[in-house]
Amino acid sequence: MGGLLTFLFLLSLGIIFGRANEKSHLKRLSAEEDQMSHIKVLSIKTLPPNLAQGGALVQGNVVIAVDYFKVIMSTIRMIFGGRLNSYETLLDRARREAIIRMQKDAESLGADAIYNARVEFSAVGQQPQKIGGAELFAYGTAVRFET
Amino acid sequence: MIVTNIETVPGRDITQHLGLVQGNTVRAKHVGRDIMAGLKNIVGGELKGYTELLTDARQEATRRMVEEAESKGANAIINVRFSTSSITSGASELYVYGTAVVIA
Repeated sequence: MGGLLTFLFLLSLGIIFGRANEKSHLKRLSAEEDQMSHIKVLSIKTLPPNLAQGGALVQGNVVIAVDYFKVIMSTIRMIFGGRLNSYETLLDRARREAIIRMQKDAESLGADAIYNARVEFSAVGQQPQKIGGAELFAYGTAVRFET
Repeated sequence: MIVTNIETVPGRDITQHLGLVQGNTVRAKHVGRDIMAGLKNIVGGELKGYTELLTDARQEATRRMVEEAESKGANAIINVRFSTSSITSGASELYVYGTAVVIA
């Protein structure tokens, strides 16, 4: 009985705070993406001819935790298979956050664009079978255009 | 020291390739952070302690790579790549490598 109560308590905490967090995070992400849109992020290596001398490595990372509600939802979903929507949104948010942090790093160097941008994932956490936390890491080369 | 992850440095010519340079570090997380992470696993959100830990670790690895490049007489490192691997469940290795070059 106590176990069931704890489970329900954790689940409701996960639903309430997890949802609220996700909503406010998505709002902040689209605002910051607009703000950072002057720094182009490109995944190509071919450089245009009009670049100023020099370049620098820029990076951004974020470690996110998955909430209890998402864990339960995905455990249920794993019985039937199919899309794990809760993890999809989580990873999408984290990836966008990492890219924004990389853009901020580039902005602080006065760069105009980031070439060869890569995003890398690694699992951080105590239980290897579950994603306790996940790190998304974005890096690339910041360059300046010649004026 | 100019570090890039593309094959050139914009506006500069590579005069000499000096070979692979690398840096790594293995970091363990500590218990206090793990308890916080446990709490965050209920409500979700960013694990700031881990974000900082991994940023620091990556800087350390990059510093080691740059030192190796300096000792080889390079003034730039190109085509840099990062990789992360979990060696045991409590620790991860951050590894960074690239090609040391002399640019003019």
